[in-house]
Amino acid sequence: MKVKLVFLGRLEEQAGYGFADISPDSPLDWPGLVEHLGSELAGAVGSEKVKVALNGALVADKYAITVNDGDEIAFLPPVSGG
Amino acid sequence: MSDVRLLTSSFDPAEELRAFTAALPMAGGIVSFLGQVREGGGIEALELRHYDPLTLPAMEGLAARVRVRWQLDGLLVIHRSGVLVPREPIVLVAAAARHRRDAFAAADFAMDHLKSESWFWKREKVGGEWRWIEPRAQDFEDIGRWR
Repeated sequence: MKVKLVFLGRLEEQAGYGFADISPDSPLDWPGLVEHLGSELAGAVGSEKVKVALNGALVADKYAITVNDGDEIAFLPPVSGG
Repeated sequence: MSDVRLLTSSFDPAEELRAFTAALPMAGGIVSFLGQVREGGGIEALELRHYDPLTLPAMEGLAARVRVRWQLDGLLVIHRSGVLVPREPIVLVAAAARHRRDAFAAADFAMDHLKSESWFWKREKVGGEWRWIEPRAQDFEDIGRWR
């Protein structure tokens, strides 16, 4: 299956890219998802301050997420607009 | 009438305000806030990033909350994304109401929430180097006034 990862803000800099596709064998839970990231990035997205959107909708509890084929996961660090 | 826009190229705040006002002859008071990229501090450019699925829908949601909370004749919210240079406008909020208090409060509320709750990530270029801007404690204090 194919999953699209999106990194916003400083997470993009940490990842070195804004988008990435991963091809896991089966649906992923949160630990399975972060396993696909480097250890530094996994630590960063694990922070309470980083929110997650699944297919464009904000997830209430990212640690309880299930990621399926075709999903887009966005990692959202604290915002700084205006 | 709410006019909420996420723009990826420069806009003319004076023209936007003129058009907004012209469409609302019954409004007795219009309060506007313009945020621009400040000059100085060696800042060469500012970049605002957004995430399409969230950013504009959340701005529209904010506008709807403002309309529920205050009696307005019109609300204008324009926010830039992309790379901006000093003196370029970033954000324009205007609230039109029968009476000025509603217009002041609505514009103030909208700005506080755009600053600390909207889906934008900002970085600035100083001396040729980009650095991400963290949210300021003041922004969270500002938004706390409305709870």
